[in-house]
Amino acid sequence: MGAKRINKSRRRFLKKSVVAGGTILATSGLKPFSVLIFAAKEPEDTLNPWYGIGIDIEKCIGCGMCAKSCKLENDVPQEPFYFRSWVEQYTIKNDGTIKVESPNGGIDGFSQSVPDNEIFKTFFVPKMCNQCAKSPCTQVCPVGATYESPEGIALVDEEYCIGCRYCIQACPYGCRYLHPEKKTVDKCTLCYHRITKGLKPACMETCPTGARIYGDLNDKDGELSLFLKKHNCQILKPHLNTGSKLYYNELSAEVR
Amino acid sequence: MEHLYEMLSRVDGYIYPNEIELHWGILIVLYPYITGLVAGAFILASLERVFKVKVLKPTYQLALLTALAFLIVAILPLVSHLGKPFRAYEIMTTPQSHSAMAIFGFVYLWYLMVVLLLEIWFDYRRDLVLWSEEKKGFWRRVYKILTLGVFDVSPKTVAWDEKLGYIVTVIGIPSAFLLHGYVGFIFGSVKANPWWSTVLMPVIFLFSAMVSGIALVMFLYMVVSWIRKVEIDMPCLDEVGKYLFYVLVFDFTLEALDQVHRIYEAEESFEILHMLVNGKLNITLFVLQGLLGTIIPLLTLGFFRIYKPKEKIRKTAYFIISLLILMGIFFMRWNVVIGGQLFSKSFLGFTSFKLGLIGGEGFLMAIFWMLLPFCILAFLLWLLPPWKKQEVS
Amino acid sequence: MPPQLKTLLPFFAALILFFLIIRHFLIPESFGELGHYRANSIEEIGDLPIHYAGKSVCIDCHDIEAEQQRNDSHASLSCEICHGPGAKHANDYEVKLIKSGTRKDCGRCHNLHSARKIEAVVQVNIQEHHTERENCIDCHNPHAVWELKE
Repeated sequence: MGAKRINKSRRRFLKKSVVAGGTILATSGLKPFSVLIFAAKEPEDTLNPWYGIGIDIEKCIGCGMCAKSCKLENDVPQEPFYFRSWVEQYTIKNDGTIKVESPNGGIDGFSQSVPDNEIFKTFFVPKMCNQCAKSPCTQVCPVGATYESPEGIALVDEEYCIGCRYCIQACPYGCRYLHPEKKTVDKCTLCYHRITKGLKPACMETCPTGARIYGDLNDKDGELSLFLKKHNCQILKPHLNTGSKLYYNELSAEVR
Repeated sequence: MEHLYEMLSRVDGYIYPNEIELHWGILIVLYPYITGLVAGAFILASLERVFKVKVLKPTYQLALLTALAFLIVAILPLVSHLGKPFRAYEIMTTPQSHSAMAIFGFVYLWYLMVVLLLEIWFDYRRDLVLWSEEKKGFWRRVYKILTLGVFDVSPKTVAWDEKLGYIVTVIGIPSAFLLHGYVGFIFGSVKANPWWSTVLMPVIFLFSAMVSGIALVMFLYMVVSWIRKVEIDMPCLDEVGKYLFYVLVFDFTLEALDQVHRIYEAEESFEILHMLVNGKLNITLFVLQGLLGTIIPLLTLGFFRIYKPKEKIRKTAYFIISLLILMGIFFMRWNVVIGGQLFSKSFLGFTSFKLGLIGGEGFLMAIFWMLLPFCILAFLLWLLPPWKKQEVS
Repeated sequence: MPPQLKTLLPFFAALILFFLIIRHFLIPESFGELGHYRANSIEEIGDLPIHYAGKSVCIDCHDIEAEQQRNDSHASLSCEICHGPGAKHANDYEVKLIKSGTRKDCGRCHNLHSARKIEAVVQVNIQEHHTERENCIDCHNPHAVWELKE
């Protein structure tokens, strides 16, 4: 009888320890998988700035200087197939149809293609890399040639890129292209070579209305944080959970 | 760059300005196609070995050598497509753990070195020793090198060949599933692209791989028999046809399920995909992949399950069906790879694709990559002729 | 152990060892220091040359224009919007910058367009506005737009 009871409690102990051990094993076994999910995430320390971008659609006048100066600053090929930054014009007509256009990325400016009496509303949307925190593009790079810098900027190492173009497929915003001469992928760096020297990115330097700003999201009193507090901002394609850090004020639901 | 200006004039609706050029062309269509043929051929071979479907014996070595010939080529279009082909080694030296593509190098090497080469080696080792004794000069040395210095043909050692080969095949089946399911995952995990992003993609790729691989071995078995002027083993061919039918049923069901699910859910991307399917992919999807590549073979093979016409008719039918399926699966890959890039990720328009004749990504290059594995296979069949193997007494 | 394995195991071991040795030499310097990438590439990107110098550099020399601009409606504009990238010019005065001021140049911002917010920028119909003169700068001083020339 006594021996039986001991046996029972021992069995219970064994059972418990097996369950506990199993749980520990399972969780420690699963942990490496969290590594698979996102290429980068917001760092916990705030030593480095954590850059984001704010674009005020209300202020954009569609001059296209941002797209033009981006190409000049970053030696982007002039042909109309390669852009780090461009401007789109959305026109919602009275009949409900949507027309989107971006002739040469807006570099040569816009001429009005739809007559006034057919327009319900129309506006410009400047586009550039969203500098996603959970960037799908850096996630898929097979060799570690594109990565998120400690400041949260997705960069491409052109000395290491193999040109497989998987990142181009993975970017939902169409912000990457294969450089026709270098044969490696190229994209917006938020003018990393400028901002590290205290200069504004070229697109922001040449924006006549100050429609675009960039700033440190860690700095809660900074320009960008104030912009986010003051306006009702949205990001592009939020359902894809890319952690985009490009915030638009007054973004219309039609914008893709 | 002139062709890009031409593309510019052929854009429908709105596309993001970087989307005019298709980044993955015909070479990336060939990549899942060829790896699929490898995985399929290998699985047919393992049916004989592991599941003891003895009637398939005449195709066993042929299937293995086919898998090897195509696997050797599988990686070449991929590497030649890279912007910087000489940096390809980086995928082995610094694979990035988050990338679905990163372990391809290792999966490929595992499959080549540990599965296929080993299985073939165990299967042929005794013959290699015997052949090296028959031959003279250069080829004698070649066969000797291929034995890796294991000349022992005592019954005990030969029994080990059999046993170890069996183990390798057992490991090989999940490896073949991994190889091709994984290729499907490379596409299926791209959340930015609604045409690719489906959990069914790896399974669809796997089953279509089996379909194409079995069809390829069926085709090759008939061709090789005709060239050697030997009688085709009809029960074997019928059996291959039977498996082809079963796998084709699965493949068709899965692909139909995928499309039905897509249509019923009708997500944000539905309109643009609907236009894609009914427009730019109309012929390649409905006619080449659907009707000719799936429905007609399915009905014919299904009919053979109920009623068996004369041998001559069956032979001709199998020959035509295997070719139809090979073409159908090629266009399945085409519809996935090319189709997924024809529409803009803004869901507002289309770009177009024109296959050039010459150049690294042109039609002729693709033909070359497609013919190369057949040449390698011809050499392998000459070097390691399955029909000259001596039965172990 | 079967003789096959006696050959194969060392063979595969040698292959793996060979791979590991090669890999050791192929991994570039600084790879993995900050993450799974070449840490040096951050510096390389940061060291790229700049083309747009910034307004503060321009007004160091061009104080007359700066003064004019400061008191007019173009006050907030950067010089390089109209004059193009000026970093080379700032280092070497021989490198000349563009002077824009045609109807097309100014029309980028000021031509009538329904997507432009009227409060953001003054808009004119450049096809009809004072067609007797060819260029905008024939009347307007771009640095002080409302100081009209004769």
